[in-house]
Amino acid sequence: MDLFSNLALGLSVATDPSNLIYCFIGALLGTLIGILPGVGPTATIAMLLPITFSLAPETSIIMLAGIYYGAQYGGSTTAILLNLPGESSSAVTAIDGYQMARNGRAGSALAIAAIGSFVAGTLATFVVAAFAQPLTRLALQFGPAEYFSLILFGLISSIALAHGSFLKALAMIVLGLLMGIVGTDLYTGTPRFTFGILEISDGIDFVAVAVGLFGVAEIVRNLEAGVSREGTVSAITSLMPTREELARSVKPILRGTGLGAVLGILPGGGALLASFASYALEKKLSAHPEQFGRGAVEGVAGPESANNAGAQSSFIPMLTLGIPSNAVMALIIGAMVIQGIVPGPTVITQQPKLFWGIIASMWIGNAMLLVLNLPLVGLWVKMLRIPYSVLFPAIIVFSAIGVYSVESNSFAVYTISVFGLLGYALAKLDCEPAPLLLGFVLGPMLEEQLRRAMIVGRGDPAIFVQRPISAGLLIAAAALLFIILLPLVRQKRDAVFVED
Amino acid sequence: MPLKKDTLAGLAFIGFALLFGLTAATTLPAGTATRMGPGYFPILLSGLLGLIGLAILVTGILAGSQTVGSVPRRGLAAILATPIVFGATVAGLGMVASLLLTTMVACLASPTIRPRTLLGVTIGLTLFSVAVFHYALGLNLSLFGPWLPV
Repeated sequence: MDLFSNLALGLSVATDPSNLIYCFIGALLGTLIGILPGVGPTATIAMLLPITFSLAPETSIIMLAGIYYGAQYGGSTTAILLNLPGESSSAVTAIDGYQMARNGRAGSALAIAAIGSFVAGTLATFVVAAFAQPLTRLALQFGPAEYFSLILFGLISSIALAHGSFLKALAMIVLGLLMGIVGTDLYTGTPRFTFGILEISDGIDFVAVAVGLFGVAEIVRNLEAGVSREGTVSAITSLMPTREELARSVKPILRGTGLGAVLGILPGGGALLASFASYALEKKLSAHPEQFGRGAVEGVAGPESANNAGAQSSFIPMLTLGIPSNAVMALIIGAMVIQGIVPGPTVITQQPKLFWGIIASMWIGNAMLLVLNLPLVGLWVKMLRIPYSVLFPAIIVFSAIGVYSVESNSFAVYTISVFGLLGYALAKLDCEPAPLLLGFVLGPMLEEQLRRAMIVGRGDPAIFVQRPISAGLLIAAAALLFIILLPLVRQKRDAVFVED
Repeated sequence: MPLKKDTLAGLAFIGFALLFGLTAATTLPAGTATRMGPGYFPILLSGLLGLIGLAILVTGILAGSQTVGSVPRRGLAAILATPIVFGATVAGLGMVASLLLTTMVACLASPTIRPRTLLGVTIGLTLFSVAVFHYALGLNLSLFGPWLPV
């Protein structure tokens, strides 16, 4: 089957009425949480995971995916109108978008952001579709040694691209790996680290861990900092950008899409990094860099396209290799596992409807978002009036109900509190929770591949360097580690994240 | 002495390394490199975590780091208590009464909340949750539990 017949199959799945409805719900929810500061896609997806168990596998993943890319749209709306990025990936959009709004070009900035996102979303859908098959074919030749090295490479690059201390991110990954293997050892049936607690003999509840680390810990941090919503909304006169603005946006949109698509594939990448990199690139290429920060349309068009393209292409390693590149993908892997699907290269052959349905739904979801966002922008801004004191009890109560409903298990609900405390305490010590969650998901996989590889290699670790693909991945990982540890590059990397 | 972030982080990771490492070393057979036992991988990871923790501790002491800062005690306590209250009462009290109680505890996390808002959010959120989870999604949670006289 070629690309287009695959996409046709995907379209037929994605246009199924119930999938359309859940795609719409996902996009709508995504927009909503994108607008509301203090509620991120990771926490929302974690919260909604339990609800998706009753849905068909493709329907549930379509909805969860919609939340992720929908949040990229919603986040830009408040960034432009209020200088309040609803999502971290929209933080750079606020720099020039808000200035455009103050110059009376609010409608135009919103339109450019939405058009850029839509173009990026459309092109990225094709990128995902085109890359999926060759990568899957490659992955099918992978043995345990290759998988082990790939996971290792993924974990290391997720540190390289994250911000903050290298050692702390590394420690969080290792801690996550350890927590991930709590439960019964599959090879020998021995309970590990269960301390006699029956409820964790199958492992620590993944949804509870995610909700605790991202939802609960985030709420406490917001209560501490105080979520501010004040600010005057700029008036929107016309949604039509001028001809000149459109012409200036074409190249940044295309460059942003390309950059976002590439950075999204890399483990640890995704929307956030893509938007920052695109802003830096546009500023460097611009003939008038002095306009950046004063309402340059390129500073909106580039990053907004990049974050949407990045959000979408980060599905590639997840769908083809079963390796999550960021915390949201880790959650979607969790959702697939709970649905009884083993993530990895077999998904495309054994579940073609699921695979192509998700890809096609991304494009449909992007079209829905374009309609949802532009005409309804006034309505979305009104949502900002919901006070945080109403919002946070809802988040935590829904999380508790959701986690309890899976197995009517009170212990899993208590786990939320334990990981909420852990997540908050570690965040206080400048340790980001995302690497821990990645480690948690990858821990059992990493151990299983290590054990299998060592059996194949008869106890000699040389197997990892004797097999060419595995050796290549390890060299890449080592090179990456070397680059991170070079202090000069460190300073440069930090500079990308500190915008003036 | 004020608590430094890096010192505490280093100590925390060393603590986790000891917890996992010692448990694995004393209770789980490590096996050989060819046939790894359930203890092999955890011991490897614990050793690594301990070393990283030590490195964070040492660099933190040498370079110095920021102090931890204040903790919103009331908010933290109320937020962490919320899931526990729900987990402990949902089977006994049923969804309605348990949610009223749970939401109220959650609302107490906000230091500035007024009694009227608290009441409104509690009742509103309970009704909303029952409508969504019980009626719309059909989750198998009873509305009233055996602890109630009804």
